[in-house]
Amino acid sequence: MRYFIALLAGSLFGAGLYLSGMTDTTKVQGWLDVFGNWDPTLAFVMGGAIVPMAIAWRLTRVAQRPVSGGSFPAPPRPEIDRRLIIGSTLFGMGWALSGLCPGPAIASISFGGLSGIVFLIAMLAGMGLAPQIKARLDSMVAAE
Amino acid sequence: MQPDWIMGLIGGMLIGLAGAIFLLGNGKIMGASGIIGGLVDGSGRSDKWDRVIFLAGVILAPVLVMQFAGNPDTKATDNYLILAIAGLLVGIGTRVANGCTSGHGVCGISRFSFRGIIATVFYILAGGLTMVVFRQILGVI
Repeated sequence: MRYFIALLAGSLFGAGLYLSGMTDTTKVQGWLDVFGNWDPTLAFVMGGAIVPMAIAWRLTRVAQRPVSGGSFPAPPRPEIDRRLIIGSTLFGMGWALSGLCPGPAIASISFGGLSGIVFLIAMLAGMGLAPQIKARLDSMVAAE
Repeated sequence: MQPDWIMGLIGGMLIGLAGAIFLLGNGKIMGASGIIGGLVDGSGRSDKWDRVIFLAGVILAPVLVMQFAGNPDTKATDNYLILAIAGLLVGIGTRVANGCTSGHGVCGISRFSFRGIIATVFYILAGGLTMVVFRQILGVI
């Protein structure tokens, strides 16, 4: 059951990314390019995605547990730390430079060509390096 | 094809529906960087097949959809140096911040998570500034 749900969710996610235009790097860069030829599409994608997701969060309060068992995620942590700010800033820079974030990078594997593969390999390498960088950030905090 | 904003809205709703199914079905937050990153650094070993099957769906669905819709082109730059730097930044940044556009953006904002909202503000601001510097001033992207 949980594998079926994972496949269904992954397929809808991939189809949604493709249909919405978020696998088109010019639309993502166009949205971030406020002082250029601004493209509002991404705002509609975000808005469209947040509505069903907000309903789902509401339903987690009514439902006892997920369909396939286990439990729902813990409530979000309130604290803002150095990791969140630094990580998000680095991500935003890479997102703008390429027009790709992790979801669309995976969704475009079949048609992204060599450019997509170069980005993907670098992204996976970055993900592999991240635990060391996190540890270093934490030790900097501890040293203060 | 419909106007871009309608396709954006329809595609966005599919993304939200996917996240809703993943949450209510499996009790997991649908964050692309977390699902991929957990496979890369081994932190997601306990549910690795959920992750692999989810990602297989993400890859295969566009192959099916493109048979009858749109033109499949990412229009990404062929400047491989920029792509490699961008990929490293996205890989490191999303894992250090513990989330990307899907996890912090869609799933976080929809539950009014303060961390999700702050993360989204920062990656959009950083992205916007990067566009100003690298497109408007330097003209390299």
